Amino acid sequence: MRAARLSVVTAVTAVTALTAVTGCTSKSDAKDGDRVISVTATDAKCVTSKKEISAGHVELAIENKGSKVTEVYILFPDDRIVSERENIGPGTKQRVTAEVKAGDYQIACKPGMKGTGIRQDLKVTGGSVAKRDPRLDKAVAAYREYAQEQADATLPLVATFVKAVKAGDLEAAKAAYAPSRIGWERTEPVAESFGDIDPKVDVRADGLEAGQTWTGWHRLEKALWQDKKITAAEKTLADQLTTDLTDWQKRVGKAEITPTSMANGAKELLDEVATGKVTGEEERYSHTDLVDFKANVEGAQKSYELLKPVAQENDAALVTELDKQFAALNTLLDKYRPNTSSYAFTAYDKVAAADRKELSDAVNALAEPLSKLAAAVAK
Amino acid sequence: MTETQGSSPSRRSLIGWGGAGLALGAAAAGGAVAMTRTGDDVDPAAAEAGAAVGFHGSVQAGIATPVQDRLHFAAFDVTTTDRAEFVQLLKDWTEAARRMTAGKAVGEGAYGGLAEAPPDDTGEALGLKPSRLTLTVGFGPSLFKKLDLADRRPDALVDLPTFAGDALDAARSNGDLCVQACADDPQVAVHAIRNLARIGMGKVVIRWSQLGFGKTSSTTPDAQTPRNLMGFKDGTRNIAGTETDRLKKFVWVGEKDGPDWMVGGSYLVARRIRMHIETWDRTSLQEQEDIFGRDKGEGAPVGKAKERDEPFLKAMKPDAHVRLAHPDSNHGATILRRGYSFTDGTDGLGRLEAGLFFLAYQRDVREGFVRVQRNLASDALNEYIQHVGSAVFAVPPGVRDKDDWWGRTLFSEEA
Repeated sequence: MRAARLSVVTAVTAVTALTAVTGCTSKSDAKDGDRVISVTATDAKCVTSKKEISAGHVELAIENKGSKVTEVYILFPDDRIVSERENIGPGTKQRVTAEVKAGDYQIACKPGMKGTGIRQDLKVTGGSVAKRDPRLDKAVAAYREYAQEQADATLPLVATFVKAVKAGDLEAAKAAYAPSRIGWERTEPVAESFGDIDPKVDVRADGLEAGQTWTGWHRLEKALWQDKKITAAEKTLADQLTTDLTDWQKRVGKAEITPTSMANGAKELLDEVATGKVTGEEERYSHTDLVDFKANVEGAQKSYELLKPVAQENDAALVTELDKQFAALNTLLDKYRPNTSSYAFTAYDKVAAADRKELSDAVNALAEPLSKLAAAVAK
Repeated sequence: MTETQGSSPSRRSLIGWGGAGLALGAAAAGGAVAMTRTGDDVDPAAAEAGAAVGFHGSVQAGIATPVQDRLHFAAFDVTTTDRAEFVQLLKDWTEAARRMTAGKAVGEGAYGGLAEAPPDDTGEALGLKPSRLTLTVGFGPSLFKKLDLADRRPDALVDLPTFAGDALDAARSNGDLCVQACADDPQVAVHAIRNLARIGMGKVVIRWSQLGFGKTSSTTPDAQTPRNLMGFKDGTRNIAGTETDRLKKFVWVGEKDGPDWMVGGSYLVARRIRMHIETWDRTSLQEQEDIFGRDKGEGAPVGKAKERDEPFLKAMKPDAHVRLAHPDSNHGATILRRGYSFTDGTDGLGRLEAGLFFLAYQRDVREGFVRVQRNLASDALNEYIQHVGSAVFAVPPGVRDKDDWWGRTLFSEEA
């Protein structure tokens, strides 16, 4: 694939770049009132003084006239955040600034800091047009929804696991361990984007930084499979896992997601497989690596399928290759489970070296073309 | 294919003198041939380290072209059985090789492209000279079976017989195809194999590879004949790039040899030869010299004064290496060698894992390596060496021009 990548300043990259220069209540350098949009927020309304502004620096002058704490956002069409201000108390004023390029945006007030907010359109004119293929916006929105679904579905499975740990039921805890990780593994790049959650829930003994306490799934994995006992410490850790994953569930919706981050996220999931699962390092006590492996592939495939319509237009050969390699890897993985509707996979310590190599080759065969997906959607 | 090698001397056919030493360490002197330094068709640029070696030609570069200092050799397993897909890979490889041997980056380069996508080229050779990089491709016997081409497998591409003393490691042997990357800068050679492997992902997987340093043979006149890790001069009479007659007789597949697709090609035998250097180093000088059949300092054959003096084989011990490896002891069998030394750490017993990565090109494996290696069964040197890896490949003719590609003559029906 030799993408037409010389036109570096594509809409997507431009949009991505500009989020980096957004700020919050920085010094008010919007000297003339033309650059200021006043936002009057109440419990039921979100009134904006302008519906249209020229590209460049913009400042929101927010006043909360409602009774609830609110927050105000400037959003891209796919709900990504351009700039935001949280915790605006009743009766208070706040300012938000942002650098915006031409395009369609929305301003959202969220009374009570919940839900999708009360929206007002904002059209930014002039300058270069930050326009993106609407299909990509749709893909991003759908992926965001997927990530949320995975988090939502994970928590009950985690609850089952935690309950078993707290009951001191070793076998039940072992049985519930791998399933509780599937949703996380499917959307790992999103979870990792928050930075602080992953080290708490998915860190392995060798990944600990100096002074860091080992918490999370793998700490419990070691207790269950290696130490073969559940003590008070594990029960506390199980509760902590619930707390940390609830935090994840709440924040998934705010993850910054772009078509290229989706594409690269898919590749990163395969990299996870290549570095951690294929070697058996990830689940060194439970040997449930193939469950994570499958979940990583599924998550990558979801991203890919959502981006496929655009990739198909820009690089049909790449799509053909990816379809083929996803199918090949999935077929290979199915050799390791008796029932394709189940996630009961062969324990990885029972997978012979030659078979591990075959899995590794299949991962590389998929990951290499997958690394070209970002270019194919950014054309 | 009517074009024959030698009829159109490419810019690669360089200065050279005679020198067709045989297997490991042999250095039969070649008085007469040693004077055939021509220089008429010398490409000064290519002789200069750092320059580019022409990629196009009726024969592949990297065989008779001047031997570079470094090697990265890789054998691949083909994971696709789709012949069209494999042909596309060969075309993609050819294009990448064309660029890399010219000192250019693969595809659209290592930087300046889309920020979110990985660059086409891995980048570690940026700013380095072409370093006389040559890339040479060969097809293993297993490829013909895998791609259902058994009827096109050359008779001369035999499965090597088991030789006395072989201790072959399957993980360092065979392969469906190979790429020999030679360059004066090891980073350039490694970069080339790495990028070809990357392009090949999903279609080929590296089976084994070998890094080599310190060329142990020469296809051009050197001020010093290279020495192997045993400290002996090597390759005194190796075939020179300008010796068109000897190349035609011993190296290039001719029109009458068959199959047609191999005309202008050659056959490569690669052997990883471990040297027990610790015991060698405890061996007396006299014994070392007796084993080789030449002296250590000058490299002269037994009873002679100079390295290139004609050897008198009968003066040597019956099991001397040079005596057994010499063409006169092998019905004239002669091969072109391109070996390199290697050290790959230690072997777990505190011994250096070192030796010679032996590369021999010949017109017919049966008449070349097999004949000589059989004769070496009684070689006194065998006490100090062991063949631990082995592979054989049919090396197709050269890529003629910008529209041509590696293996076209074999796969043209699919093209």
